[in-house]
Amino acid sequence: MSSSSSQPEIGSLRVSSPGFTGRDAVALAAVLVSLVALLPLGFVVFITAQTGWQTVYELVVRPRVGELLVNTVLLEAVTIPIAIVLAVALAWLTERSDLPGARLWSWLAVAPLGVPAFVHSYAWISLVPGMRGLWSGVLVSIMAYLPFLYLPVAAQMRRLDPALEDVAASLGQSPSRVFFRVILPQLRLAICGGSLLVGLHLLAEYGLYAMIEFDTFSTAIVDQFQSAYNGPAANMLAGVLVLACLVLLGLENRLRGQERYARVGSGAARPAARARLGRGTLVWLALPLGLALLSLGVPLLTLARWLYLGGAAAWSSDDIGSALGQTLGLALLGGAATTLAALPMAWLSVRAPGRLQKVLEACHYYVGSLPGVVVALALVTITVRVALPLYQTMTTLLLAYGLMFLPRAVVGLRASLAQAPVELERAAMALGRPPLKAIWQVTMRLSAPGVAASMALVALGITTELTATLMLAPNGTVTLSTRFWSLTNDIDYVAAAPFALLMVLLSLPLTLLLHYQSRRSIGQ
Amino acid sequence: MSFLSIDKAGKRYGAMVALDDVSLEVASGSRTAIVGPSGSGKTTLLRLIAGFEGPDAGRIALNGTVLADGPAIVPAHRRGIGFVTQDGALFPHLTIADNIGFGLERGATGRDDRIRALMRTVDLDPRLLERRPHQLSGGQQQRVALARALARQPKLMLLDEPFSALDTGLREATRKAVAALLQEAGVTTILVTHDQTEALSFADQVAVLREGRLVQAGAPHDLYRRPRDRETALFLGEAILLKGQAGVGWVDCVLGRLAAGTHGQRGDIELMLRPEQVKFTPSADEAAQGCFASVVDVEFGGALRAVTVQLADGNRLRISGTGLDLPPTGTRVRLSVAGPAHVFEA
Repeated sequence: MSSSSSQPEIGSLRVSSPGFTGRDAVALAAVLVSLVALLPLGFVVFITAQTGWQTVYELVVRPRVGELLVNTVLLEAVTIPIAIVLAVALAWLTERSDLPGARLWSWLAVAPLGVPAFVHSYAWISLVPGMRGLWSGVLVSIMAYLPFLYLPVAAQMRRLDPALEDVAASLGQSPSRVFFRVILPQLRLAICGGSLLVGLHLLAEYGLYAMIEFDTFSTAIVDQFQSAYNGPAANMLAGVLVLACLVLLGLENRLRGQERYARVGSGAARPAARARLGRGTLVWLALPLGLALLSLGVPLLTLARWLYLGGAAAWSSDDIGSALGQTLGLALLGGAATTLAALPMAWLSVRAPGRLQKVLEACHYYVGSLPGVVVALALVTITVRVALPLYQTMTTLLLAYGLMFLPRAVVGLRASLAQAPVELERAAMALGRPPLKAIWQVTMRLSAPGVAASMALVALGITTELTATLMLAPNGTVTLSTRFWSLTNDIDYVAAAPFALLMVLLSLPLTLLLHYQSRRSIGQ
Repeated sequence: MSFLSIDKAGKRYGAMVALDDVSLEVASGSRTAIVGPSGSGKTTLLRLIAGFEGPDAGRIALNGTVLADGPAIVPAHRRGIGFVTQDGALFPHLTIADNIGFGLERGATGRDDRIRALMRTVDLDPRLLERRPHQLSGGQQQRVALARALARQPKLMLLDEPFSALDTGLREATRKAVAALLQEAGVTTILVTHDQTEALSFADQVAVLREGRLVQAGAPHDLYRRPRDRETALFLGEAILLKGQAGVGWVDCVLGRLAAGTHGQRGDIELMLRPEQVKFTPSADEAAQGCFASVVDVEFGGALRAVTVQLADGNRLRISGTGLDLPPTGTRVRLSVAGPAHVFEA
C-alpha cells in the first residue's frame, strides 16, 4: 500500500493513521511540563553566560562566598552524621527492641514534620533568645528534619529478614557484630536517601536560619534579593547553590552503590524478635523521650506560652481570617494545578516505561531538589525580562509551587495509577471509548484516592512554604507563613503564635496520615 | 554415645504451646530428620537447638556441654552450630566469597584458599565468587549457604527445610548431594521438613512431631512399618486401616487371618497395612479359598497406579503402587498380604 493513497476503508470503519495516538498526546504533555521544569536550571546557565566570566569570577570568588560555603559545608557535615546516628538508634529502639510504648514513640518521632522548620526556630529562639550560629543551626535542623531520616530507616528495618541475623549468629557473630556487619549495611540505601533529603533541606531552608542569624546561601540570596531584587550578586549565589545541590546529589549517587538490598529468596519472613533491653530500658528510654521533648515539647510549650500570654486578643486581628483563607485558597489551587501537571508523567512511568520516560522523569524530579529560593529567583528574572505582565501575579506564584512540589505529586500519583489495571483501560476502549477518554473515565476514576493524596501532599507543602511566597507573592497577598514571618521579624512573638498554631494544626493530621499509610503499606 | 541430648524441652508463646516435654537423643555423626505438619513445633525445636531462643523448661546438651537449662542459655554465636535456612538467607549486600567467608576471621591466612576449597566442596564454579546472591539460582544459593555454614567446621548442622524452595528434580539431586557431603565431613545433621518422603530417605533417625509433642522417634523403616498411631501412619504414607480381632501373634480381619505383633492385646483392635503389602491376582475361580474382591476403580498415573477394590462386606480398599497390571473395572481378584500387619498399641 503506497503512502500517497487515500485512507483505506474497511466497511464503514476508517483506519486512522498510526501517527498520533493517545499515548503520544500524554507524552507531549509530559514533555511540555518537563521543559517548564527545566526553566530554573536554564535561567542559571543563561544568566551565568550573560553575566560574562570576568564578572562571574569576581562575584563568586570573594570572601563572602567563601564564608557562606564554609557555613554550609559545616552545617551539612555536622548535622547529617548526628542525624544518622540518632535516626538509626531511634529506629532500632522503636522497631527492634522491647522498648515500652514503641508504637507511640514511633508516632512521636514522625510528628515534628508537622511543625514547619521556621516554627521550630521561632520556638527555640523565644525559649533561648541568645541562640545563634552553627551549633544552634545544627540543633534546630535536627529537630526539624530528623523524621526524613527516621522514616526510611525505620521502614527498612521493619523489612529486614531476621533469618539473616540468625544465620550471622550461628556463624559466631556476637549481637553487636551482627548489628554492624548485617543490619547496618542493609540500611545503607535508606540512610543515603534520608541523608540526601535532609541535606537538600539544609541547603534550601531560609526561615529557620534567618531567625537564628546563621548565614547560608539561601539566607544570603534572600537578603540580596530584598535589597537589590534580581541583581547579579543574588543570581550568582543561586548558581553556587545549584552546584552545591548537584554535588550532594552526586555524592549520594556515589555512596548508594549498585548493590541490591532486597531479600533474596521467597516466602514470608518471620517477624523479627525484639531485643530485650532489660535493666537498660530506662537509659534507652531517655533517647526517644529527650527527642520528643526537644522536637515537639519545645515548639508546643512555646506556642502554648505565647498563646496564653496573648489571650483572646491575639485572635481578634482580621489578618488571621484573611491569611487562613488565602493560604487555603493557594493550597487548594496549587494542589490541583500541580497534580494535573504531574498526571501525564505519572501515567507514562506506569504505562509506557522506556528511555523517554526516564529522561522526562529526571526532569520532573530534579526541580524538587532545587531550593525554593532558586526557583523564585528564576521566575522573578524571567517574568521581569520576558513576561512582565506576569510579574508578581498569582499565576507565577502557582507556577513556582508547581515546580517545587512536582516530585511529590508524581510519586503519589504513580503508586495509585500502578494499581489500576491496564486491562480495564483496554476494556473501555473495546467498548468504544477513545483512548484519552478511556484513561480519564477508567484509570483516573480508579486512582482518585491517589489524586487526592497527591493534592493533599502538595497543599501541605504550600501551606507552610515561606521563601518563594515571600519573593513572588503579589502585593497584598498575606498567607499564614508570610504574616507569621513579618510578625516575628518585628519580634511580636505573641501575635505570631496563632499563625504558627494554624500551620501546625493544618500540617499535623496529614503528617500522621502519611505515617499511618507507610506502616499499613507493609502490613502493620 | 548420645551427641545431642534434648531433655523435656518446653516452649510457649503467650497462650500457644509450641513445644511440650520433648526429649530426643541424636547420635554422633548421624542424620536425624524432624518431621511434622506445619505448626507442629519442628522449627521451634530447631531454633532452640541453634540457640536463637531459649526453652521455658528442659535441658539441651551438646557433647556433654549444657547449652540450655531452662531459659538460661549459651547464645547462638558461641555454640558452633551450623544453620541453613529454607531460602539460604544469603547476605544480599555481600558477594558470594564474602558470604562464605563471613564466619572466618577477616585477614586470617589462607582465608581465600579456604573459600575456594568450600566452593569445590559444594560443587560450585569458583567464577561465581564475585557474584551477588541474587545473580544465582535457588539451588546455587542453597549450596552457598551450606558452604558458608561448613566454613566454621560446625559440630552439628541444622537444616531448616533447605530443599523446599527448589524444583522437584533439583530437590532430590541437592538432597542426595548434601547428604553425601555431610556424611563425608562427618557432621552430625538435623533436618527439619514437612515432607515425609524427604525425611524417610534422608535420615538414620526420624522424629515425628505433632502439636508440639514428640510422637515417635526411630529408624525410618521402623516408623513407616510400625507407627504408634493412625495419624502418624497416615502422615508417613498411604495406609490401609482395618478393624479386626486380635489373637496371639495374629489378627482376623476382612482380608483373613494375618500375622501380626499384638503386644498382648485381645479382641477388637485397629490394624494397619501399607498398600504395597497387598497383592491382587485376577481369579475367576469361584470355588477357590481366600479373600476375593472386585475392582471398582482404576487410576492410572504413569509409573504409579492405584486400584480400588470392593470386598464382599462392602468395604473398599485403595491399593496404590507400581505394577503393570491394570485390571478393568468389574474384574474379580484374589487378595493376598505380604508381611505382617501392624496393630496400634492401645
